[in-house]
Amino acid sequence: MNAAPAVPAIRVADIRKSFQDLEVLRGVDLEVARGSVFALLGSNGAGKTTLIRILSTLLRADGGTAEIDGHDVATDSAEVRAAISLTGQFAAVDGQLSGRENLVLIARLRHQRDPGAIADALLARFDLTEAAGRKVATYSGGMRRRLDIAMSLIGSPSVVFLDEPTTGLDPQSRLEVWATVRGLADGGTTVLLTTQTLDEAEHLADRIAILHEGRILVEGALDELQRVLPVAEPVHVAQQPSLEDVFLALVGDQRSSKETAA
Amino acid sequence: MTATAMSVPGAPARTRFFADSAVLTGRSLRHILRSPDTIITTAIMPVAFMLLFVFVLGGAIDAGSDSYVRYQLPGILLITVASGISYTAYRLFLDMQSGIFERFQSMPIARSSVLWAHVLTSLVANLVSLVIVVGVALLIGFRSGAGVLAWLAVAGIMVLFTLALTWLAVIPGLTAKSVEGASAFSYPLIFLPLVSSAFVPTDSMPGPVRWFAEVQPVTPIVNTLRALLEERPVGGDIWIALAWVLGILVASILGTTAAYRRRIA
Repeated sequence: MNAAPAVPAIRVADIRKSFQDLEVLRGVDLEVARGSVFALLGSNGAGKTTLIRILSTLLRADGGTAEIDGHDVATDSAEVRAAISLTGQFAAVDGQLSGRENLVLIARLRHQRDPGAIADALLARFDLTEAAGRKVATYSGGMRRRLDIAMSLIGSPSVVFLDEPTTGLDPQSRLEVWATVRGLADGGTTVLLTTQTLDEAEHLADRIAILHEGRILVEGALDELQRVLPVAEPVHVAQQPSLEDVFLALVGDQRSSKETAA
Repeated sequence: MTATAMSVPGAPARTRFFADSAVLTGRSLRHILRSPDTIITTAIMPVAFMLLFVFVLGGAIDAGSDSYVRYQLPGILLITVASGISYTAYRLFLDMQSGIFERFQSMPIARSSVLWAHVLTSLVANLVSLVIVVGVALLIGFRSGAGVLAWLAVAGIMVLFTLALTWLAVIPGLTAKSVEGASAFSYPLIFLPLVSSAFVPTDSMPGPVRWFAEVQPVTPIVNTLRALLEERPVGGDIWIALAWVLGILVASILGTTAAYRRRIA
């Protein structure tokens, strides 16, 4: 971290973007503190992906400014790309290559000194060592996502964007991704994630913003957001296990059964 | 994480461009090695055309040449490249679809190296296909007394032609909405040599067709290649051919830049 501690990891001011007549972002403001997990919550078409694409220098905004670690995404895009890593909505992996080859490829592009060692360490960390030599096209959805996130961590980016990281994953894989995100935050990485599911934001994020029709409706920590509504009346209900508890209890929480199923 | 300590501090932009292009070219060459059928299918169609022209139609064609195999080979070589470059559009389209193109674009690498890697891969794949086609031509009786310099000139023109058409193929690769759209653009390119001096002399054609055959780029390129293989002077055709090839190359690179900008803007 070379930027002064006072500089937020992500600062977005009045960002606007339209596609033809469709106004997707209508003046978005937000700040993400260094080392925190920030969830951008919104339904389909709210503009989450558009904002992520602007922050990761894949799309130019029509107006407003956005900075990563104090670098403007429009004018210092090379510095921004050196600081960030993007995990897009669909696992951006190379199906023709093996898992290990995918990691080595990214490590070489990030000019790391020992790509093979980095790949092996990440394969072990993400429980992919057994599948390392197999073509990624044969991986399950959860394995692809784990590899995808592993690829994003090479070169130790200080800011990681995760665009709907658990969409389409089974419950176990989702819990694995959650554990990874918490691990990243514990290691000091700033995480900006988008999600459509409320409990994901609730479980992971230090702060949550609700993006709706191109604007941030409300932003704050979970308890601050809860104060938006009047205090709930206490209601006595017998605590039933959730369907998720049942599912996980029945299929078991081990990964080994899933690996061979792929 | 361990990676921090190992990162190499910012290399100069130019060495980064070459290093990144090399890494990414290695990646797509690996794709080809894992599905060598793409090179073989690229070579099969022009070989079939060649057999058709030499053994079925050739006997009835009065090309005024002592060897029809040699006469039609330049056109077949151009058809080989025209069909081969559709795989570049296809592979690039798949990169766009899978999101890996955006992953590369969001990384601290030389951005153009992602496209150059596809172009260099196309060059290698097409040269292999061309060698296969020339090999088959030798088997069915192609002979040329052309010297090293003439062959180098043939190779140089084919490399430029492949580069020009590959950059043209990058545009549908970047902009297509479907796999079919990404490769369909090459069909007219495969067709063009049929309406040129590649297989029959243009003066046998009726007026408007002959006019089209003589102004379109394939005819001067074919005439140049044929003159080189037949050990005749190339005359003015080589300059018209080079002007066409370089013109297509520059226009395609400009088109690619525009298509790329539209995606980012």
